[in-house]
Amino acid sequence: MPELSIDGQPFRFAQGTTVAAALMSSGDRCSRTSVSGQRRAPLCGMGICQECRVNIDGLRRLACQTICREGMQVQTRS
Amino acid sequence: MIQGHAADVIIIGGGIIGAACANELTSHGLDVLVLDCQRPAATAAGMGHLVVLDHSPAELALGEYSVRLWRELAPQMPDNCAMRNNGTLWLACNEEEMAEAERKHSALSAFGLGCELMTGEALAHGEPSLRPGLFGALKVSGDGILYAPNAARWLLQRQPERVHQQQAQVVEVQGNRVLLASGQWLKATAVVLASGIYAGELCADLPLQAKKGHLLITDRYPAQISHTLVELGYVTSAHKGNGPSVAFNVQQRPTGQLFVGSSRQFDNHDPAVDAAMLGRMLRRAMEFLPGLGGLNGIRSWTGFRSASPDGQPLIGEHPTQPGLWLAVGHEGLGVTTATGTAKLLAAQLLRNPPPTALQAHLNAYLPQRFIGACAHA
Amino acid sequence: MTQHVDLLIIGAGPAGMAAALAAAPSAISIAIIDDNPLPGGQIWRDGPQARLSASARQMRARLQRHGNIQLHSASKVVAFAGTKRLLLENAEEGWVLAYDKLIVCTGARELLLPFPGWSLPGVTGAGALQALIKGGLPVAGERIVIAGSGPLLLAAAATAKKNGAEVVRIAEQASLGDVARFGAGLWRWPNKMIQALDLASGVYRTSAHVLAASGVDRLEAVRVQLGDRVHEIACDRLACGFGLVPNVEIATALGCRIEHRAIFVDQWQASSVADHYAAGECSGFGGSELALVEGRIAGLAALGQRAQARKLWPERKHWQNFADRLNRAFALNPALKKLAKPDTLVCRCEDVPYAELANHSSWTAAKLNTRCGMGACQGRICATAGQTLLGWEPPQLRPPFSPARIATLACLDEDVA
Repeated sequence: MPELSIDGQPFRFAQGTTVAAALMSSGDRCSRTSVSGQRRAPLCGMGICQECRVNIDGLRRLACQTICREGMQVQTRS
Repeated sequence: MIQGHAADVIIIGGGIIGAACANELTSHGLDVLVLDCQRPAATAAGMGHLVVLDHSPAELALGEYSVRLWRELAPQMPDNCAMRNNGTLWLACNEEEMAEAERKHSALSAFGLGCELMTGEALAHGEPSLRPGLFGALKVSGDGILYAPNAARWLLQRQPERVHQQQAQVVEVQGNRVLLASGQWLKATAVVLASGIYAGELCADLPLQAKKGHLLITDRYPAQISHTLVELGYVTSAHKGNGPSVAFNVQQRPTGQLFVGSSRQFDNHDPAVDAAMLGRMLRRAMEFLPGLGGLNGIRSWTGFRSASPDGQPLIGEHPTQPGLWLAVGHEGLGVTTATGTAKLLAAQLLRNPPPTALQAHLNAYLPQRFIGACAHA
Repeated sequence: MTQHVDLLIIGAGPAGMAAALAAAPSAISIAIIDDNPLPGGQIWRDGPQARLSASARQMRARLQRHGNIQLHSASKVVAFAGTKRLLLENAEEGWVLAYDKLIVCTGARELLLPFPGWSLPGVTGAGALQALIKGGLPVAGERIVIAGSGPLLLAAAATAKKNGAEVVRIAEQASLGDVARFGAGLWRWPNKMIQALDLASGVYRTSAHVLAASGVDRLEAVRVQLGDRVHEIACDRLACGFGLVPNVEIATALGCRIEHRAIFVDQWQASSVADHYAAGECSGFGGSELALVEGRIAGLAALGQRAQARKLWPERKHWQNFADRLNRAFALNPALKKLAKPDTLVCRCEDVPYAELANHSSWTAAKLNTRCGMGACQGRICATAGQTLLGWEPPQLRPPFSPARIATLACLDEDVA
């Protein structure tokens, strides 16, 4: 099974899995920390709400519209 | 329909200038009525950069005095005004621009402003996000930033028993009387016109020109830069002449967002974002901050600076309309100079001595430069 | 650097795919741009846990067979770049695409309304949960409450059950009478719906709505109003959506007239702007069958093939009747506008609570003073909620239409200047 990293932790995924689905099934199952410090998880699942924006290989992208790739570095706390 | 005395002073415009005037006048015991019709204007559109410029001694005096007043107010301002004393770095790309930095350094130092010249190495060390190879910079320590819409709101709410606010559009001004869109006339001892870019609608003889600007804000990316960064090309080349121009100007908001400017267009009154200008402005910004290209912009917009022919504001009584006082034409410096403008206007209106800091340049702010018999003398 | 196509289609859902396939035989150059990694839109979303219908698979295969259709997946429209030019972005680059005709097929999103606890991890939209499961989210063994309104609740429940979740309650805010009249009046209830309702029997409740979600770090329980009783239900997930909102932002920015919160179109699916068409949910809801026929009409009309387009009008009329029934049956109960408490966040980007907004008279005043809507979603969630809760007109979108790299926006320079 291919593997990526979420906040430094390895995560194995099935081909075609979205980064949002990966985030929601690993770690604290969240995608970002809000302005007032709340942890948040994907909400709309379709590229509208921006709750799932994470750093993927250094760029901020929407997890729900990104497919997991081998070796991706995903960060939810930056 | 004529109504009696509405307040000691009616202020037209509740932006940063009107709000600062209201705050100042009430501190002298006057009752103020602020009329605002909630149209989009420069206070909401601008960057909130508190910056001392020195195109002329008068500009330097007003800017230095005003920023000092802002810093005195800062401890009392609520958090949401987002006031920070982060300083400005004027960036020099080459020897010519460094010479301008040195000239500026002398001018500001002579005025007692805290500023220092930085070598290219010191600059690279202080602001590592900047592209390598810049020639140097001038750091002006006293400059700052704030969030002007909330600062204006705070200034208007400091003395609620003396400041009355009304959402109304003024359609005509005659000296110390104003006509509202509702058909009602209001009268006061004095009327202060502080409606920025809209002032010309009420006073046809104001020599004001709109200069369109673009801004963009990014998502939150904390700790990218420490100071407000401005290119010296701003003064030496980029914004000279009358054609459309862009100049690098970036600040980091306390939210962690980067505020990216700037552009200048004359003779363009369309508030829509001009795609080509936005692109040009951002390309310029990326030349200074290469990492900017990978950050997400989340919103861009435009605003209009209300500029007089000599770039200085018009502060004082209208030469041919007794009772009408002007506080207009601040171009890009309305937020910076709101505090000083208010002190000067209040002193003139109350026949008090003007602020000492401005005494040497009083004529440079007077409307008589452009309006009335003196203008043609 | 600027590319040019004869026909640009925004959105690769049923409407966009149908439009492209209708126009393809003419041999003109066609580009479809879609922000999802795979075509299909929301209803035909593919993924490791999705089971695509045969018709959806067929359409995707047909798209690939046409050499004159280029499909740009995982690419989005970022900004207006001058007359008949749009700035686009994918994970690698930004570019400007010029077009002669445009068909907007941007679909719809869920109406998400604030209620206490809605920002807790574990709470999603209803269609959102379905999309996330299709995208690989494991839900086996989880207790799930589904709430809100409309047929999407049943579809979400079906997907969750198929993937091993226990759907413990489906709370539909519409009344039993309205839902029953909707069902009974249909001569053709889509098969999927019947199956879904079957699966849902026992847990489906009408006149039922969510009151609050609770939990410490993530969702632990949901309080639901069931008729005149309040139930507390322990659960792992709440999927809550109150119907659909057309995605009209890009069309609005292009100058298209909006009516009843959807893109206004005439009988040719033409918008108020010449050479700009719209089809599918963004021009009014009606499900995938209506979207397909609207897409075909738009594709043909854009080519000037009016006679062929006209032949499809009766079919469109048929599905529009279905849509009208749907919208009547699932009209929102005004009680749903009162769910937010003073400390409930309305703007989730900037964490602005309801109490701060209620002090203001308009969206613009609220925005300037509270930062509501100033975040990355540009008010798509909170301004839409504000429109429903407070009657405020939503703001005009400023470029970029959604967050985009500054390097992409800088492309506006060399291409337009």
